[in-house]
Amino acid sequence: MSEYIQHDQQGASVGLVEKQTFTFAQPPTAMPLACGSPLGPITIAFETCGRLNAARDNAILILHALSGDAHVAGVHAPSDEKPGWWDFMVGPGKGIDTDRYFVICSNILGSCMGSTGPASIDPATGRPYGLTFPVVTIGDMVEAQKALIDHLGIQRLHAVIGGSVGGMQALEWCVRYPTKVESAILLATTTRHSALAIAFNEVARQSIMADPNWNGGDYYGGPKPDMGLAVARMIGHITYLSDASMRLKFGRRLQDKADFSFNFDADFQVESYLRYQGRKFVERFDANAFLYITKAADYFDLERHHGNGSAVAAFAKARARMLVVSFTSDWLYPTYQSRVMVKAMKKNGLDVSFCEIEAQWGHDAFLIPSPRLSGIMKGFLDDDHIP
Amino acid sequence: MTTSPEAQNGIRYDLRMVASWIPEGASVLGLGCGDGVLMHYLKTHKHAVCTGIDIDEASVASCITKGVTVLQGDINEEVKDYPDNAFDYVILAQTLQQIYDPAPLIREMLRVGRKSVVSFPNFSHWRVRLMLLLTGHAPVTPQLPYQWHDTPNIRVITLADFRRYARQVGFRILKEVAIHTDRQVKSGRVVTFWPDLFATYGLYLIAKKTL
Repeated sequence: MSEYIQHDQQGASVGLVEKQTFTFAQPPTAMPLACGSPLGPITIAFETCGRLNAARDNAILILHALSGDAHVAGVHAPSDEKPGWWDFMVGPGKGIDTDRYFVICSNILGSCMGSTGPASIDPATGRPYGLTFPVVTIGDMVEAQKALIDHLGIQRLHAVIGGSVGGMQALEWCVRYPTKVESAILLATTTRHSALAIAFNEVARQSIMADPNWNGGDYYGGPKPDMGLAVARMIGHITYLSDASMRLKFGRRLQDKADFSFNFDADFQVESYLRYQGRKFVERFDANAFLYITKAADYFDLERHHGNGSAVAAFAKARARMLVVSFTSDWLYPTYQSRVMVKAMKKNGLDVSFCEIEAQWGHDAFLIPSPRLSGIMKGFLDDDHIP
Repeated sequence: MTTSPEAQNGIRYDLRMVASWIPEGASVLGLGCGDGVLMHYLKTHKHAVCTGIDIDEASVASCITKGVTVLQGDINEEVKDYPDNAFDYVILAQTLQQIYDPAPLIREMLRVGRKSVVSFPNFSHWRVRLMLLLTGHAPVTPQLPYQWHDTPNIRVITLADFRRYARQVGFRILKEVAIHTDRQVKSGRVVTFWPDLFATYGLYLIAKKTL
């Protein structure tokens, strides 16, 4: 996912929020992972907004995408220039209404934004894990989120909501803990990566691993593989946009010049934009975390892990009311992939709504303010007519 | 003469008439459900468990916004995913005249629903007949307000045609009501005298042939 963070046009905001942490799975009770290795202790960074009601049944868990974090809405300090990454969607009266719901967003396991990941210190050695960090899966991320939800004393979530890799986590929640999820909103997501999506991730990983500074993942304390990570981010950005959005945003326009420079500087605006996005990304993200999270996304296969290869069998476990949304110009997780899950949900008699939103912004469309998206999410979540 | 008990409520007369046929708590599939007014009405007034299907994004968004379960897609394709008798009722309200190949769709409706409701504008209304006869132009009426070149209504159907079609395709007509109402009008009446000539719409409750 890209960064389009902007303040709400109407100025409505959840206001000040606080980054919190929850640590669990202290050895010897480490958490077993899908790969077979145990991991512990595990720290999960999370933020909340809104108020948990007395019945504790108004909680919504938001699952962030690849490079996101727990800071979903509001600001950490009044002087913050930018609010959380989904500020236009989460707040009083917004699509996810914090006047009604208690919103939780946690940083995923394996990331580098406060939760345990490859850049964290391994208590056994006193040094960062690096590549000794076990390969985690979407299922492992959900297990860690489940531990957090239990810790917060929430028996059942009103909704799990996620876009892209966050949608994968939401899907995993629906089949892994069907009785704990009342409804799910699945945006621009898939039950499994296509070869195209895996291919782009692999090129991005190769870019990191080809950087001499990567050093087999052991670069903490020394120069970082910034070039490799920046190129990985640039590749990602291309897949998040679309032909139409790039044509509109950049076309063939040149950057601060009237003619070609006849060298390999950034002549075109699109080059300049990608270089800027790459530079900005390395300031905040860890290269190893990028490897681990993209691998988890590539491994995710709901059909294989929950349905013996069949989407219909996988969703037989699910109980939640579903809203599936795709975007016309998303070529990373195209609409046909959303239709696969919708069809399987229908065949299981699940209460599912599906909308394909006309949008030129490509895969990133769910991160762009849209009255249509906010409207349907609000309508779906606030549905009080269920008998 | 408004006959329906739901008369005071703000939905179209023909939809109210359809709603009056749906029992409390029924499961309903609405094909070409538009912005979901009927689905919402059935959900809130009849506690029906409703799913709509429509191809138009704005209509689908409107349904979801009002809490109606809906799928965006082609009704001819989407209906195939459901098992036999998945619904008590399948409704095709004022959409039949826009279907390219109606027989396979009606067979699918009868497969996934125990009963189906079909309604359409009656092309044998006296005004339609007179317009063609006297002016020589393709009829344009309040119920069929389009010119021949911009109409979404690619099929012209009369009440008599539908009855014959039932025999040809092989389904039973359990109930037939002819009504007089305009397209967006909330009042109307049941037409009992010479409906083929005086009804603007026909409503049919249909079911599979029992062996």
